[in-house]
Amino acid sequence: MSSIELPLPDSSIVGRRDAIVRDLVALCGADAVISDEDGRRAFETDALTAYRRMPLAVVLPTSTEAVSAVLKYAKANRIRVVPRGAGTSLCGGALPLEDAIVLGVSKMNRVIEIDFQNRFARVEAGITNLAISGAVSAEGFFYAPDPSSQLACTLAGNLAMNSGGAHCLKYGVTTNNVLGVKMVTMDGEIVEIGGSHLDAEGYDLLALIIGSEGQFGIITEATVRILRAAEGARPMMIGFESSAKAGICVARIIASGIIPVAIEFMDKPAIEVCEAFAKAGYPTNVDALLIIEVEGSEQEIADRLAYIASIAHELKPVALAVSGSAEQSAKIWKGRKAAFGAIGRISDYYCMDGTIPLAHLPHVLEQISEICRRYGLRVANIFHAGDGNLHPLIMYEANTPGEMEKAEQAGAEILKLCVAVGGCLTGEHGVGIEKRDLMRVQFNDEDMAVQLRIKSVFDPDWLLNCGKVFPLDAVETAKAAATAQGVPAGHVDGNPAAAA
Amino acid sequence: MDDIMRPATEWELKSMMTALSERGIPVEILGAGTKRGVGRPVAAPVAMTTGAMRGISLYEPSELVMAARAGTPLSQIEVELASRGQMLPFEPIDLGPALGTDAGLQTIGAIFVANISGSRRIAAGAARDYLLGVRGVNGRAEIFKSGGRVMKNVTGYDVARGLAGSWGTLAVLSEVTFKVLPLPDDVLTLVYPDLTEDLAVELMSLALAQPYEVSGTVHLSQALAGRLAHKGLSKEPRSLTAIRLENFTRSISYRKLKLREVLSAYGAPLELELESSLEFWAEVRRLSFLPPNGTHLWRISTTPSAAAPLVAAIRRHMKVEAFYDWSGGLVWLETPATADAGSADIRRAVATHGGHATLIRADEAVRRTVEVFQPLGPAVDRITRGIKQAFDPLRLLNPGRMYATM
Repeated sequence: MSSIELPLPDSSIVGRRDAIVRDLVALCGADAVISDEDGRRAFETDALTAYRRMPLAVVLPTSTEAVSAVLKYAKANRIRVVPRGAGTSLCGGALPLEDAIVLGVSKMNRVIEIDFQNRFARVEAGITNLAISGAVSAEGFFYAPDPSSQLACTLAGNLAMNSGGAHCLKYGVTTNNVLGVKMVTMDGEIVEIGGSHLDAEGYDLLALIIGSEGQFGIITEATVRILRAAEGARPMMIGFESSAKAGICVARIIASGIIPVAIEFMDKPAIEVCEAFAKAGYPTNVDALLIIEVEGSEQEIADRLAYIASIAHELKPVALAVSGSAEQSAKIWKGRKAAFGAIGRISDYYCMDGTIPLAHLPHVLEQISEICRRYGLRVANIFHAGDGNLHPLIMYEANTPGEMEKAEQAGAEILKLCVAVGGCLTGEHGVGIEKRDLMRVQFNDEDMAVQLRIKSVFDPDWLLNCGKVFPLDAVETAKAAATAQGVPAGHVDGNPAAAA
Repeated sequence: MDDIMRPATEWELKSMMTALSERGIPVEILGAGTKRGVGRPVAAPVAMTTGAMRGISLYEPSELVMAARAGTPLSQIEVELASRGQMLPFEPIDLGPALGTDAGLQTIGAIFVANISGSRRIAAGAARDYLLGVRGVNGRAEIFKSGGRVMKNVTGYDVARGLAGSWGTLAVLSEVTFKVLPLPDDVLTLVYPDLTEDLAVELMSLALAQPYEVSGTVHLSQALAGRLAHKGLSKEPRSLTAIRLENFTRSISYRKLKLREVLSAYGAPLELELESSLEFWAEVRRLSFLPPNGTHLWRISTTPSAAAPLVAAIRRHMKVEAFYDWSGGLVWLETPATADAGSADIRRAVATHGGHATLIRADEAVRRTVEVFQPLGPAVDRITRGIKQAFDPLRLLNPGRMYATM
């Protein structure tokens, strides 16, 4: 039923499965290796559940040295490796392959060091996103990026995808909040990049590694910035009769010189589902709802919300309400953060993640409705309006043959539209397998060649998270070009034999 | 300047790079040339400037985004931004005066390629954090783009940001797209006099640990404070520790009182109101107190609490004047003009205390003999060489500028 092609498994590797499992047990201990069918099945997919592949074996090491040993072994035996955090990827970024070892870092989840004076935390990469903030909140600090899956998702996955979240309008995404990483390369070499100081020396390798979708190495530790939280925060809700007015309101707020911590948008279908789920008090008589949060002292919050309200009033909102209590604020955010789950209760859905320049919002929303109508599918829109990051949720019936393919086709049209108006395919979820074959919509061959050569620097044999991010034929072309040059482009250890 | 290549368009840039790569001719890449003296001397028979590729190609204030050709002067960009009440949040410092050229000349492309940030970096992030997209030509004479014009974009690898800090050794940029932010309504600075370096770092870190969005923390030694032109501060030189608040006036009035309370153990501060604050931070941004006066200048990035001990360790070997920014996370060090620029002692101290050091100002002869950029560990060195090879396999772009054999 799935329409995305995956690399063919290497039958000689699959045939050696028992021996490979024995070797992994010898390297990491039996506790760290999952080889039985039921155990492996738990890892056969991620949050893009339409795609499933039973992995060759799963290994969950507990130390950087063990990760290094597994990668060294995999490289020597030319076995593919699929890195995994908590498996919450929405784009198939953690989808296994039948001839690949899944290497999960979820057991490496300790806080190693917290330094409030210098405002950083050093943690193992398998820690969940929310646990980092949890470890520093007693002192009034927090870790800023806050993807909706933050209760479950790991920092490792956030680093791989350069994850964002609702509050990154003010605080930036993952790459803006990381000072250093300890990473194991496919050679098994342990590399430390950056540290507890700002701006690592030399080339900005952190920028390249963060968002590389697990294709450059496996990060086992990271040093992240922690920030002092504001004195308080409060959301307000503004409802409009049209998405166009909501879009104008967002643009006017930002142009006025005030940058809220978050500006979230929901359309009518999303509001109804989320309200039924969270009972947050969302107005249901509006076509578009903005949730806008500001921070500061009581007085500052009141001042800023009043200012935003004055901008909104010029556009004659249908509803305007400030959260009256901490409980209500929590509910308002719970409804928003649980939105995907709430939609999931009523339908299967396919979540898109394109970003657009905000000025095109009304046009793009109209077109999204039109595209989905043409495919006979319903759509709910929930997104980060402050930065134009859309999340159309295309609803479909998984048990009806052909529906999922229709949803994928509608999704592809939406993403092409995002690129056509000056945006991009993915704002925070990553490319994975899902958007891999759309990369040529955004990049030409030379743009991609520049990226593919960087991949070859870190992993010349293309063993790490193979089959993701780039069209399969583009990868083959890049490998052939590297071989034709006699050495792989920018091969790390300059050993031509490894490129064959 | 006639022997300098001046592409006016991206296509001209590509055809010039094609000609150079076909003949294997290395080229020194310049913007306005204000930072030409940073790095090891480049061994190239020709130079190329991006200066003829200029102009703002996109500005959407309500989307907080601007794009400009790489050779556009920063001054032009800041005038345009200010006319709509906006700014570059990372407050790029101007190395011109410290390197012996005029202020206000540097180009926007060079700012991103060198990842030049100023005091607000501690609160707002670095230049690289605001870079959304680039277009350029690599050493293979290929035109490429990365990123785009939207705030959130994880489509493919982050090559745009990966070029920050590469000092023209990987590609020649033709256009950059970046995020901007609103100018603050008001500014106020609390200045604490006479603190030791240890106490100053302690105070600055304490200020940043409060929920008041402190947007600048600097400490100037007594001698450096004495070089300020600022009318209110230069009279009786004492060491100065400055804490900046930027916000709406009402917020500043409130936050100022809260901060003074938290920091009361460090004495009574002077308060610089709007105009006086702007004057002070403008001087900081130009490093006006670190002029080319026959000394060398180092830039050291470290963990804030390591800064004062690190400087003390260096001071055991030479006479230095220190300017602390980023609550100690960045130290500018004026050192005596010795043949090795104090390199051995400074690098040893940095190795002990953590971080990295770059020699920003020294004669060409010195820069030829000592490592200017922080030497890389073996693993990072191998990756760095791989990246260089991927972008510029013939080593045509600024060869040797960052590392001797690269």
